[in-house]
Amino acid sequence: MSAPNNDHRDALRAAAHRRIRNRAVTIGVSVVPFGLSFGAVSVETHLNLAQICLLSLVLFSGASQFALVSVIGGGGSLFSAVGTALLLGTRNGLYAARINALLRPTGWRRLLMAEVTIDESTAMAVTEASAGYAAWAFWATALTVYVLWNLSTIVGAFAGNALGSPAATGLDVAGPAAFTALLAPRLTSARMRLTALAAGAIALLTVPFVPVGAPILVGGLLGVALLLAFSR
Amino acid sequence: MKLWIAVIIASAGCVALKLAGYVVPARLLESPMARRVLEALPVTLLSALIAVSVFATGSHLLLDSRAAGLAVAFLLVGLRAPFLVVVVGACATAAGVHALHP
Repeated sequence: MSAPNNDHRDALRAAAHRRIRNRAVTIGVSVVPFGLSFGAVSVETHLNLAQICLLSLVLFSGASQFALVSVIGGGGSLFSAVGTALLLGTRNGLYAARINALLRPTGWRRLLMAEVTIDESTAMAVTEASAGYAAWAFWATALTVYVLWNLSTIVGAFAGNALGSPAATGLDVAGPAAFTALLAPRLTSARMRLTALAAGAIALLTVPFVPVGAPILVGGLLGVALLLAFSR
Repeated sequence: MKLWIAVIIASAGCVALKLAGYVVPARLLESPMARRVLEALPVTLLSALIAVSVFATGSHLLLDSRAAGLAVAFLLVGLRAPFLVVVVGACATAAGVHALHP
């Protein structure tokens, strides 16, 4: 027989676990359309199923994966494609530092955590940290997103095989539409909006003059340089 | 073969970047300069990606059905529509405009 305050604590914990589980499922379901479009666009870019699955299983970061296939699909060089994916992946390093400070994983656990350190798992862990459920929130979100992301990628790849040309199906704007949805929440200040506009404009201006794919790197890097120059 | 190289290097590199955050001393990543760069990079790269994949074909600038799709994506994101609605709305619009002006 447990004391009343223990019962109370158990009830609170059960409620927190339920809340986290529900939110993790909601977040997991919300990545499904992204995974479906990634799979379909990857097939149009002539990646084979093994390559598509490897990206979702190992790289496991939607924006980088989609950027890679977008640049390749646009005819860009491997350097531009990989460079864009890697530069987009740098933010996961920042998330990793936050998770490391919060949860201090060691050994093999650190490797596993690193693999699933992405926007969603980090946001949930940080949100639940004050209540003391950072680890629970991190793993629940990471595992749900990992499973649903990989499943939806495969389904998307098979669906993409059945569809027609990217222009006829409108799939040629699936990438830009997805990128718009990812970009909008990051435009938190007038300065960030201006930086985004500058990067897009620089990229377009360089399109006729540099190799295909390179304008994205040029716009991305010069945009950051401009922001640094003007924030002194 | 080229595709395999891209897939493998990008995958290994992105996993290394995730691991780096657990290994590199936090003060390096949390310096104001590093934070500013790491927070701005996704913004500038996503914006450049959007611009190029909508308004360019190879080395040419081109205004076609993709621009209509992007306009609808902007509108739907502005209305806080769910991700699925944004992507399907943009694709359906682009496909419709393409069918009218192939």
